[in-house]
Amino acid sequence: MAKTKTVIGSAAVNRKKPLWVRAKRDVTRNWDLYLIILPILVFYAIFHYAPMYGAIIAFENYKPARGILGSEWVGLENFRTFFGTYYFWTLLRNTLRISFTSLLVHFPTEILLAILINELRSKRFARVVQTVTYMPHFISLVVVCGMVLQFTKSNGIITKLFGMNTPMLNNPNLFLPIYVVSDVWQQVGWGSIIYLAALTSIDQELYEAAEIDGAGRFKQTIYITLPGILPTVTVLFIMRIGKVMSLGSDKVLLLYNEAIYDKADVFATYVYRRGIENTDWSYSSAVGLFNSVINLALVVTANTISRRVNQLSIW
Amino acid sequence: MRKLTRGEQIFNIFNVLFLFLMIVISIYPMLYVFFAAFSTPSAYMRQGGNKLLFCPVGFSLASFKAVFKNPSIWTGYGSTIFILAVGVPINIVFTMIGAYVLSRKQLRIRRFLSLLILFTMYFSGGMIPIYLNVRNFGLDGSLWALIIPNAINTFNLIIMRTAFEEVPDSLEEAAKLDGASQLTILFKIMVPLVVPTIAVLILYYAVYHWNSWFNAMLFIHKREKYPLQLILRELIIQNSSIFSSELSTSGAEDEMISETIKYATIVVATVPILAAYPFLQKYFVKGIMVGAVKG
Repeated sequence: MAKTKTVIGSAAVNRKKPLWVRAKRDVTRNWDLYLIILPILVFYAIFHYAPMYGAIIAFENYKPARGILGSEWVGLENFRTFFGTYYFWTLLRNTLRISFTSLLVHFPTEILLAILINELRSKRFARVVQTVTYMPHFISLVVVCGMVLQFTKSNGIITKLFGMNTPMLNNPNLFLPIYVVSDVWQQVGWGSIIYLAALTSIDQELYEAAEIDGAGRFKQTIYITLPGILPTVTVLFIMRIGKVMSLGSDKVLLLYNEAIYDKADVFATYVYRRGIENTDWSYSSAVGLFNSVINLALVVTANTISRRVNQLSIW
Repeated sequence: MRKLTRGEQIFNIFNVLFLFLMIVISIYPMLYVFFAAFSTPSAYMRQGGNKLLFCPVGFSLASFKAVFKNPSIWTGYGSTIFILAVGVPINIVFTMIGAYVLSRKQLRIRRFLSLLILFTMYFSGGMIPIYLNVRNFGLDGSLWALIIPNAINTFNLIIMRTAFEEVPDSLEEAAKLDGASQLTILFKIMVPLVVPTIAVLILYYAVYHWNSWFNAMLFIHKREKYPLQLILRELIIQNSSIFSSELSTSGAEDEMISETIKYATIVVATVPILAAYPFLQKYFVKGIMVGAVKG
């Protein structure tokens, strides 16, 4: 019976069998696939799931010599200490402000650029604009930050253009604008490609119909173009939300300095300093874990909302 | 096509002007770097920083000579090339195998495995546990610490999986009847059909390794092993003065040349990728379309 050959029969039988029997059957039938995916599963176990297990040092007073299991268990103490410090609020404020400002500036500018390129009559000029605007994407982050630092130091070209004579990045209030503007400079062209692709897939007949109804280009943009790219925008937005807590920490680390920690320090950079530089393993892991959990919560929330509102989900 | 209204004509003009401005803004910072790098150091110091450049101030290759004399640029290129040459093939093979298996519909726990893998995109143990984990595996201090823990990028795996899913099932079934093993099916039948996606992933992984510096900062402690980006960070971000003493002895002159040297360093480290750019860009654009497929 168990060896029924017909597909429909075996599926029906399978549903009644206990889980382990079905699993065993699947493994015997597809042993070769399981064998070749084994190294991949081992990779994920070692380099992704092992660190998740390792994150329990956030609840300990971890001493490398004693190992994860041997270290003293302190429960939520590290978290309590962290939430109790003045620094927690600074980090939370900075992380959210930098991330959401970038998010809110990036999305409209990328979409706007795509629409403007799409409106060009000369396809050739459109290609030139596209090619040139996404070139900065290929300059490495270290080099872009190096350029920013060079241009904004006390005798840098941008500092001079604004008529200042102190390094702009020593002014805490200028960190956010410099961060966001340089980011938009580097990514806007690249980010617009995907919207351009979405724009070209909009049914051209819609525009023709609108034309007959007497809608001008502006109205066509509002009523056809924007709704047409909404699904793309939603999916990208959720994916960006998923990075809100971690996005750009590399860049902050390259650009900030002690004078502006108050406005530039984010969770990831704080974790780096406390963990790697001060070897404060447990405390910094607690900060990192808090960050990861918030991150996950944001993705799930964004996805749930999108599923309700647009029937769109990224999983 | 109907005649344009007056408003639309005005819009068109402004649109072209605006996008032309965008082109200038995108390109000019890079041009400035080039002009500064080729300037005579002292002349640049006198006036270059104060105003926009439209050509080099004077002309001198002194800055480039100093850059090329610095051994760390070369060791940096060496490490980065090693990471690319060894890392990218590992990336591709691992990603292909994982994606192939996850794309096989006969596998009942396919969805469960996919979820396990997708979950790592949105949740991680955090920087410190990851760091300690890599150290526990004895990779600390080795360039392998930059290669093995990053063998698979989950997002790229999903792109690859989507490509495999689009190959018709009948090909696999036919090969199976001929007695081909799964690995034969993967490498002999599937791979040739997804070459464009593989090309895109090679580029994605290569750019990732080329750009990354943070992991190197965590795990590489000897200067002669630093990849290029970490060297660059030292030279143009941390204001290292390693360069200056090599070229002259007087302090004032040092400061002059150290300015233009930074620009020359940027040029030396960026030209290879920008030179390759015209050839690669069609793949990148294609790639981002592929990436648009949701996970």
